[in-house]
Amino acid sequence: MKGRRAVHVAGVGLHPFGRFEGKDVTRLGQHAVREALAEAGVGRGGFGAAFCGTVYTGVAAGHKVLSGLGLSGVPIVNVEAGCASGGAALSLGAAAIASGEHDRVLVFGMEKMPRGIIRSSFFPPWCEEAGLSPAPAYFALRARRLMLESGVSREHLARVSVKNHANGVNNPFAMFRKPFTTEQVLSSQVVCDPLTLYMLCSPNEGAAAVVLSAEPGPVGPPVRVLASVLRSHHPGSVLGEHTPMSGLPGGEPPTPTETAAREAWERAGVDPRDLDLAEVQDTDSGREILSVEELGLCERGGGGRFVEDGVGEMTGRLPVNPSGGLLSKGEPLGASALGQVVELAWQLRGAAGPRQVEGARLAVGHTVGRGANASVVVLGR
Amino acid sequence: MPPVARRWYPDRVAQVPIHPGLFTLPGDPRGTRLLAARCPSCAGLHFPAGETCPYCGSDGCHVEAIGAEGRLSLWTAVRTAPPGYRGPVPYGFGVVDLPEGLRVVSRLASAEVERLREGEAVDLVVEPLFTNDAGDEVLSFAYAPRDGR
Repeated sequence: MKGRRAVHVAGVGLHPFGRFEGKDVTRLGQHAVREALAEAGVGRGGFGAAFCGTVYTGVAAGHKVLSGLGLSGVPIVNVEAGCASGGAALSLGAAAIASGEHDRVLVFGMEKMPRGIIRSSFFPPWCEEAGLSPAPAYFALRARRLMLESGVSREHLARVSVKNHANGVNNPFAMFRKPFTTEQVLSSQVVCDPLTLYMLCSPNEGAAAVVLSAEPGPVGPPVRVLASVLRSHHPGSVLGEHTPMSGLPGGEPPTPTETAAREAWERAGVDPRDLDLAEVQDTDSGREILSVEELGLCERGGGGRFVEDGVGEMTGRLPVNPSGGLLSKGEPLGASALGQVVELAWQLRGAAGPRQVEGARLAVGHTVGRGANASVVVLGR
Repeated sequence: MPPVARRWYPDRVAQVPIHPGLFTLPGDPRGTRLLAARCPSCAGLHFPAGETCPYCGSDGCHVEAIGAEGRLSLWTAVRTAPPGYRGPVPYGFGVVDLPEGLRVVSRLASAEVERLREGEAVDLVVEPLFTNDAGDEVLSFAYAPRDGR
């Protein structure tokens, strides 16, 4: 961020992603917030503002979390930006540090998702009655397009799921920690062709928190937020996460991920080819491949080749979703983007245990979803 | 728009559209069409029809009945009834390119994904999707592969 102050990740906290009967969403948020503040070594009076990302939690979600800990009084801003809600909150917090408005801020996100196919107030009732609303069907159309335009096969889609579930085995914060074979993924129940059950992530529960500050935190080598960018969709696209009923033919406009990534690489002064690892939106296997293309981690149309060559495997040139991604962690909307930031901070500190990418110095986190909203976060040390 | 299209059996089974203003009703002289809207400023089409253009923000968009046929662009089949859905499963779901210059998201009349092909000709149909609590047949739109599958 030229001419602006550096933004450091001074402390992180994560509540595991999963299902937690009898534990309300406020408690989930408090768990992550307490951890992050403790690691940063700050308490009441130690941060100038708080930004909370969540989608389903309702009125004053962040206020409830901080009130219960005696931490209210500072400005508390609740942010909803679909799957990118945590990224939206982070971009506000990072801007507050970079601009000099605050020296330290708290950014957190949490969610307790309803079970089953994600339902939201986004669609009018007739769209649901007519069968035009199910998220997996839209995922499937994007996956189909990858098959038609990016040389992606069903085996490639399965391989992404196999990779992420294998990575998730090493992540104690993930919901599903069981490896699958390609055959198991391909033969699991077809949800929306070409996507099978094990190629889709599960909505669930969890929380993540990050303390941002102008100065490095007390733990580990300093990790910096080099860019935190949020973008929405351009008009005319029919396949974006804003899921319109119609759009214009003759070439899709740039997606929110593409526009956010472009801005992020420029702000960070980073060439995506120099990245050491990436945590990207993998609501389904196809979405991970599309995310890789849209972020510029491979060329447009090169998604099938990227998977075929094993570039995103733990042993590849650019490990993608070493955490196991949403496919093994599950997706608590408001917590997922910040969950990536926590994971990447651990990776850059060299503290990611068995899923550590050796010598990681530069990383990207990416979420995209309803709105449409896309968030791209570049972290470095 | 009057909610009742026609009555098969007087005072017994009525047909009603799933939502007003989406498509022409049976017997309409324009034939089976989607009711899109064209912008007086940028000429872009959008569906469902609204007064304001979603591409440039201009007001005064006017309804055009379009989309009798199109070409299939992308497709899948939904196998489990999603929340709120009231029709049968499995059902086809896809993106259709219309020659008038619009891409629409639509139900497909075929759920046989292995037989659907990119670019194949599809025709608009308006058919009963489910029976509502009042006993009326609720009409919705879909695109059907031309070869009758």
